[in-house]
Amino acid sequence: MDYIIEMLHITKQFPGIIANDDVTLQLRRGEIHALLGENGAGKSTLMSVLFGLYQPEKGTIFKNGQPVKIDDPNDANALGIGMVHQHFKLVHNFTVLENIILGVETTKRGFLKMDQARKKVVELSERYNLKVDPDARVSDITVGMQQRVEILKMLYRENEVLIFDEPTAVLTPQEIEELMKIMKELTREGKSILFITHKLNEIKQVADRCTVLRKGRCIGTVDVAGVSKEEMSEMMVGRKVNFIVEKSQAHPGEPALEVKGLTVNSSHGKKLVNNVSFTVHKGEIVCIAGIDGNGQSELVYALAGMLPADGGTVRLNGKDVTHASIRSRNDMGMSHIPEDRHKDGLILDYSLGENLVLKRYYKPQFQKGGFLKFKEVGRYADKLIERYDIRSGQGAATIARSMSGGNQQKAIIAREVDLNPELLLAVQPTRGLDVGAIEYIHKQLIAQRDAGKAVLLVSLELDEVMNVSDRILVIYEGEIVADLDPKAITIQELGLYMAGSQRRQAQ
Amino acid sequence: MSKFRRFLESRGFINAASSILAIVVGLLVGLVILLVSNPSEAFRGLWVILQGGFGGGAKGVGQVLYFATPIIMTGLSVGFAFKTGLFNIGTPGQFIVGAFAAIYIGVKWTFLPGALHWIVALLGATVAGGLWALIPGIFKAFFNVNEVISSIMMNYIGMYGVNYLVKKNIYDSLKALSQNVAPTAVLPRAGLDKIFYNMTGANNVHDASTVNCGILIAIAMAIVVYIILNKTTFGYELKACGYNRHASRYAGINEKRNIVLSMVISGMLAGLGGGLLYLSGANGRRIKVVDVLAAEGFNGIPVALLGLSNPLGIIFSGLFISYITQGGNYLQRLDFVPEIIDIIIAAIIYCSALALIFKNLVVRLVGGKKKEAEDIAAEAGRAGMSGKGLLPPEETPETPEKELAADQEAETGKEE
Repeated sequence: MDYIIEMLHITKQFPGIIANDDVTLQLRRGEIHALLGENGAGKSTLMSVLFGLYQPEKGTIFKNGQPVKIDDPNDANALGIGMVHQHFKLVHNFTVLENIILGVETTKRGFLKMDQARKKVVELSERYNLKVDPDARVSDITVGMQQRVEILKMLYRENEVLIFDEPTAVLTPQEIEELMKIMKELTREGKSILFITHKLNEIKQVADRCTVLRKGRCIGTVDVAGVSKEEMSEMMVGRKVNFIVEKSQAHPGEPALEVKGLTVNSSHGKKLVNNVSFTVHKGEIVCIAGIDGNGQSELVYALAGMLPADGGTVRLNGKDVTHASIRSRNDMGMSHIPEDRHKDGLILDYSLGENLVLKRYYKPQFQKGGFLKFKEVGRYADKLIERYDIRSGQGAATIARSMSGGNQQKAIIAREVDLNPELLLAVQPTRGLDVGAIEYIHKQLIAQRDAGKAVLLVSLELDEVMNVSDRILVIYEGEIVADLDPKAITIQELGLYMAGSQRRQAQ
Repeated sequence: MSKFRRFLESRGFINAASSILAIVVGLLVGLVILLVSNPSEAFRGLWVILQGGFGGGAKGVGQVLYFATPIIMTGLSVGFAFKTGLFNIGTPGQFIVGAFAAIYIGVKWTFLPGALHWIVALLGATVAGGLWALIPGIFKAFFNVNEVISSIMMNYIGMYGVNYLVKKNIYDSLKALSQNVAPTAVLPRAGLDKIFYNMTGANNVHDASTVNCGILIAIAMAIVVYIILNKTTFGYELKACGYNRHASRYAGINEKRNIVLSMVISGMLAGLGGGLLYLSGANGRRIKVVDVLAAEGFNGIPVALLGLSNPLGIIFSGLFISYITQGGNYLQRLDFVPEIIDIIIAAIIYCSALALIFKNLVVRLVGGKKKEAEDIAAEAGRAGMSGKGLLPPEETPETPEKELAADQEAETGKEE
C-alpha cells in the first residue's frame, strides 16, 4: 500500500495521563483521512506529535516509507507537513498576502520582493478555487476567509500532507460546505489530508477512511463508506448514542419570560435587536434560530443584563427586570450558559471548585462574615463533579484552563443548572462538543423543561433546533420573523426563514 | 515517589527555590561588576554585601528593618495590584503623598492627644495614598484608560505637589528638609531600640537604630492582605475581576467598583508605607525637596516580583532587598565609589525580579517534564504576573496541549 505518512505504535505520556497509547495511523496518498474521537481522546496530541510539537516516548514515524524524526515544526514543514490550527495563527493587521509569505519572504538585498509571491498566491488561489483578496487585511475578512488564508499558507509552502484541526468548529453551515469542496479539490490535486473532527456528518461527506481514538487508544480504522454514523459513534463513545432526542410532549404553563418591544442599539445607533416581543412559558424549550450575527448574542446579553436595553421591557415571572442588575436577575432565577465560555463563562485561572461557586460564593452557604468557607466550596464542587460527571486531573482543585473544552462546558452547565433557575438561557450550549457530550446536554435541557422550568435556547445547529425545541422563533436582522412549530415544518423551510426570504408574523 | 522527591516537587519548595536561585544569579552578576571595577577588593566586597545588615552590628540589623518597612509596604501595594490584575506603577506618587500627609499631621496637628497623634498621622497617610490611586482607578474602571499611564502621571503630580506643599507648610529651611514631626507623632519604638543598638564611645553610649514599630505594622499588614486575598469573598471577587473582567461581570460582580477598590487599597498600602518611613525620630528620614521620584515606590516592584506577589513572600523579599542595600552602603569602606555600589545593588535586584523565569528552570530541573513547567506557568499567571499591564493578554486555548503547542511555537518562532 502506498502510504505517505505512517505513525506506528505512538505512545505519548503526560504526568498522570497517557494521551496516546500505542496508536497507529496510516495515511494513504491522496486520501482524506478523518481522525475521530471525543474531546480529550488524544487527537490533538497525536497531530502535535506529527507536527513536531511533542516527542513521543515510543513509536516511529515514516514518510514515504523512510523513518523520519520530527523535532519541531520546522522539520515538519521541511517534510511537507502543514497544519491549520483550530485557532488560526494569523497576524490580524497584516494583509492576506503578507500573512501567507510570513516566514518565507522573498527578498532582494534585504527588501521585500512581493511581485513573485503575489503571482504565486494568485495562481494557487485560482488553481484550488480559494478565492480571497490578497490585499485585504485579515482583520477585515470573515472567519471562513481566514481559514482559506491558512490553507493558502500551506499550499504556498508546497506542503503535501495537510492537517486540519477541527476546521469546521468556527464556520457557518455555508462555509462548511465550501470547505468540504475545497478539501476534495485538494486531494484531486494530489494532497493528502488528515482531518480532525468529532462531527460524523462531515466524515460521511468527505472522508475516505477514518481512524477512531478513545481515551488515548486506537479503536480502529474503517472505510467510511462501509460503516454507518451509528457504528462510528459507538466506536468513538464506547456505547450506543441516541441521535434522536427523546422527549415527551411539552406542557407549557405560566409565562416565565415576557419580552415586549425589546430594542438594543449598537454604539453607532444601528438596531441590533429591533422591537422584539416574545414569551417563554414554564415547561417549554423555545429556540431562537438564525444565522450567526443576526442579533441573537445581543438579545441574550440584553436579557441577562449584560447589555442595556434601549427600549422595551423584560419581565421575569411577572416582575419587570428591564433595568435590574445582573446579580438581581440571577437571584430572581435566571441562569445563563454563555456563548463564549472562555470570555464570559469561566475564570480560567481559578480552580474548578472556585468556578463552580462563581454565582453563589456570596450566599450564606459559602461564606460567613465575608470569609469563604473553602471546605464547603470543596464539598459542593465534589458533589457537582460527581453528579454532572465533570472530568479533570485533580478534581475540584484543577485549574479550569487545563481542562478540556467539553468538561469546561459541563462545568458551566452544572453551575447554571444547579442554581435551579426559573429561566435558563442556553446559548450554543453544545458548540464544539462531541456526540456523547451533546446527548448529555440535550438531556439536561429537557430535564429542566420537564421540571417545569423555562428554557430559551439559542442555536446555530439546525438539527439541534429541530430536535430539542418545542417552539422555534426565527431571528433575522434583529427581528423575530417567524414563530414556528418544529413538528410542522421541514429543515428546508426553516432555512428559508433564517435566510430572510420568508416571514410569518410572530404572535 | 520518595518523600524527598515529593518535597522537591511541592509548590512551596519550587517557589522558594526559584527566588533563591534568582538571588544567587544576581549576586554573581554583582561579583562580575565588582571584579571589573576593583579586582583586588572584589571578593571582600562580595563578602561585605553578603554580610549585609550584619556588617553594622545590631544597629545595622535595626536599620535593615527600618528601611525594609517602606519597601514591604510598596511591595504589598504592587503585589496586591498584580493579584487583582492591575499594574500599579504609581507607588512613588502614592508613597510620597502618604508621607506628606503623615508629616503634615505630625507637625501641625499637635492638638491631638499623644497616644492618638501618630495613629491619626498614619491614617492620614493611608487615606492620602488611597485617594491618589483613586483617580487612576476611576479612569481604568469607567473609561478603560490604562492604569500604567495614568498612575505614572500621578507620580509626577504627587512629587511636585508634595515638594510645593512641603516648602509652603512644613519646611525646615536650615536643613532644606521637611520639619521634624512632634514627638507624639513619632512611631513608638515598641522596645526595638533596646535590641538594635551599638555601644559607642568610652561612656558606653547606646547608639540605637532608627527602627520602630513600623516594621511590625508592615508585617501585620502583609498578613491582613494575605487573608483578604485568600480567605474572603472580597478577595475572591477582586481576583476574579483581575483574571477575567468579563466573566466577573457575567457572574454579577460589580467589576467597575472592584477595579476602583483594588487601586485604592493598593494606593493605601503605599501611602501607609510613606507614613511608616517618615514618622520617625531624630535620625530618621525627612522629605528632601528634590525632583526625584521616591525610590521606595519603585522598589516595591522588584520586592513584589521577588516575592512572587505573595504577601508573606513579600515580607521576606523586602527584608532581603533592604539587607543587601545596607550591605552596599558598607562597601564604601572598601573604596568602592557610591555609583558602582548602586549599580551592583541594582543588578542584584534586577536579577531577583526575574524570579519567575527561574521558576520554570527549577521545575524543569526537578521534574524534567515540560508539562509541569506549563502548569507552573499557569500558576505563575495565577500569581498575577500576567497582569494586563505587564504582558499582552494571552489567548485562551481550548486544551492544555494546544496551549503548550502555542507556547512552543512562540518559542521556536518558526511554525512555518
